[in-house]
Amino acid sequence: MLKLEARPEQSRLMSIGSPLLALLITVVVGTILFALLGKDPARGLYIFFVEPLKSVYALTEIAVKATPLMLIALGLAVCFRSNIWNIGAEGQYILGAIAASGVAMTADKSTGPWIVVAVLAAAVIGGMVWAAIVALLRDRFNANEILVSLMLVYVADQLLSYLVYGPWKDPAGYNFPQTITFLKSTQMPKLFSGFRVNGGVIVALLAVAAFWVLLFRTYAGFQLQVGGLAPAAARYAGFSSRKALWTALLLSGGMAGLAGGLEIAGPLGQLTPYVPAGYGFAAIIVAYVGRLHPVGIVFSSILMSMFYIGGELAQSRLGLPKSLTGVFQGLLLFALLACDTLIYYRIRWQASRAPAARVSVISTEKKVA
Amino acid sequence: MLRLELVNISKQYPAVKANDSVNLRVQPGEIHAVLGENGAGKSTMMKMIYGAVRPDEGEIRWNGQAVNIRNPQEARTLGISMVFQHFSLFDTLTAAENVWLGLDKALSLAEVTSRITEVATVYGLAVDPLRPVHTLSVGERQRVEIVRALMTNPKCLILDEPTSVLTPQAVETLFVTLRQLASEGCSILYISHKLDEIRALCHHCTVLRGGKVTGEVDPRTETNAGLSRLMIGAEPPQLQHRPAQPGAVVLDVRGLTLPKEDQFGMNLADIRFDVKAGEIVGIAGVSGNGQQELMAALSGEDPRAEADSIRLFGKPIANHSPRRRRKEGLYFVPEERLGRGAVPTLSLAQNTLLTRTEAVSGAGWIRTGDVAALAQALIKRFNVKAGGPDAAAKSLSGGNLQKFIVGREIQADPKLLIVSQPTWGVDVGAAAQIRGELLALRDKGCALLVVSEELDELFEICDRMVVIAKGRVSPSVATSAATIEMIGEWMSGLWDKSGNVDGAASTKETEHAQA
Repeated sequence: MLKLEARPEQSRLMSIGSPLLALLITVVVGTILFALLGKDPARGLYIFFVEPLKSVYALTEIAVKATPLMLIALGLAVCFRSNIWNIGAEGQYILGAIAASGVAMTADKSTGPWIVVAVLAAAVIGGMVWAAIVALLRDRFNANEILVSLMLVYVADQLLSYLVYGPWKDPAGYNFPQTITFLKSTQMPKLFSGFRVNGGVIVALLAVAAFWVLLFRTYAGFQLQVGGLAPAAARYAGFSSRKALWTALLLSGGMAGLAGGLEIAGPLGQLTPYVPAGYGFAAIIVAYVGRLHPVGIVFSSILMSMFYIGGELAQSRLGLPKSLTGVFQGLLLFALLACDTLIYYRIRWQASRAPAARVSVISTEKKVA
Repeated sequence: MLRLELVNISKQYPAVKANDSVNLRVQPGEIHAVLGENGAGKSTMMKMIYGAVRPDEGEIRWNGQAVNIRNPQEARTLGISMVFQHFSLFDTLTAAENVWLGLDKALSLAEVTSRITEVATVYGLAVDPLRPVHTLSVGERQRVEIVRALMTNPKCLILDEPTSVLTPQAVETLFVTLRQLASEGCSILYISHKLDEIRALCHHCTVLRGGKVTGEVDPRTETNAGLSRLMIGAEPPQLQHRPAQPGAVVLDVRGLTLPKEDQFGMNLADIRFDVKAGEIVGIAGVSGNGQQELMAALSGEDPRAEADSIRLFGKPIANHSPRRRRKEGLYFVPEERLGRGAVPTLSLAQNTLLTRTEAVSGAGWIRTGDVAALAQALIKRFNVKAGGPDAAAKSLSGGNLQKFIVGREIQADPKLLIVSQPTWGVDVGAAAQIRGELLALRDKGCALLVVSEELDELFEICDRMVVIAKGRVSPSVATSAATIEMIGEWMSGLWDKSGNVDGAASTKETEHAQA
């Protein structure tokens, strides 16, 4: 009989091992899934896990997709560590993209490359404003931040549609719902010619370092985490829970906005109804698979971005639906949550003592009766 | 024939062997004490008898027959009932509904109500079955728990530290009930670490230390020192007590009135007392009479009180945050160690940062080396048994973590130290050390305010005492002039002999006005 037994202390090995085990389970279940869909599992796995790493071009594409995931997940990690449940990073991402587009549209031929800074700054502010609504409603009216932030995603979506179908529509765009293609001066400089990857990757990696320092080397970061781990201890210490709420939400909103801005100033180059690609939701998984740790998030965002590219490849090469990406992402999260049990518990194989004990109980029960 | 017998019972937990081949023999109608420090294995033993935990080895015999008790329900069917230290009652339900919920058989609520009244009259346990539990005092709640346990006509009743929430008078009433029960043939297992009670009540005593039985004695013929030797393996250390040299008033609470924040809290009404430099003032009282609320107001966790109502060195501080109060010299040790005084999953080093900011630079950077050094210094100076500064707070035993937390606040060199339940759930050795440190701090001129449910502790270390009851605080009395009986009476709110508490308060008010 298998038995779960509480560990005296949480296992350090398992807190690192659990994501790897979860990945293994995802691969195994994926294999079964491919087989059930009538595809060659080996080829399916190859397309998901090897193909996206095969060429320089493929690697740069991974970096393109990992950048927004990494940025959003960093902000979310701070939120979740503070026990504040911002589920609406997608909405803050959209607002970042909208604000960035607003600034990018003002550029003309004489504008210098400095405007990129303004575009990104606007994106950060856009995301922050959207998150500030959540903070305000929670702070003033004690509204549940999970619901509010999630609902605001749909509001943001509608706002985006209104803009691209209405006032911001490109007059020369054959009535397609999209803005003008932004001028080159509003775009992040590319890292290598011929590839889509741009300076956003460097911004993301700098953010990783900055968040590591914030979390583990500053008193502000310590206060945020205490608020999440033990609210009564934070109150005892005198750390303000309101300040933590605002800091965490503004930080994560700003990061999601920045991610949206970098998409506008990078791969997208214009605002369309297809800007929301689910990065805001996927980043929740990235944050958890990365153990809410900045360095872990680097690896998990690369993994998630592989799933995106793998899903696209599976669509074109195997004729499988693109929703397979979401299936893999979901599988990974569920497997991780299950494997996390092993951090606090260990599995013991118990020899068949229990059934024997049960027999003796029955006999004693008879005696008592 | 023995009512209950435990033969060579062992239970291994992941980190400790909670019970190591223990034996227990209980006669019918015997009040049997199980004595031991926290962590000696008393609770584990009782949980095994009550079916909440299963032994790894050994045999439990009930009326001479080996039994395998799989869950509390089976224990109750056999005739074993338990009254827990922490009550398991629903606040919003009435006493009768609570009892009804705990019963296995299908009786109607009306039948249960009349049975409660019956049982209550027979044993002198005054309980109104129709009152909602949140309106009951702690003593009354315990009576509800006992009545619930008695509803099934138990042949063995287990009581876990039953007197920790009672006034001395209520303890006497409880003892009368227990003696009556025993005389009717019910065996009683009485778990405690209070030696006087055991000697006054029990017929037989099994002593546990470190999971092993260290002695079986007749407590009526033993001395406190003898029992204590069996319990801790040594004489309890004696405290150095010098006469107090009170100086200027440090903390002055005048007219502190605060409506309760949570539904089942206690309103604080016109609280007045002061604490001078170089003295220890104790607050006695049965838990749940406003201690929590008063501590939150004094520590700054609840800054709603009127600014003037709490003064530190004459300056109003009632609206200051806990951090600001610390800068002004007020430090506080809360009663909950894990989750409030320390973050369970963080290291000891990180936990120093909750109240100590010497290692934080002006710009908010943490100097990790200094943090670890501070934790190491505390571990060394206060003799904390821990893996080092990196050990998680929750990996320490209660006593060691309490030494660390009290040490963290003492070493900050406070001008006023407020300590809530300094030795709650702490072993005798650590308790003596903590009390000694508090006295040493007093002798250095610090003002101390100590809240405790243990009267013995307050009589041992305090220079003056006040009593808190129903959200009001009594006038102060010098410990040398106080008696246990008097304080016990005050704990029921009767400190004004004529019963006119308001009169006493208003007299004090005029004194203040004149001053």
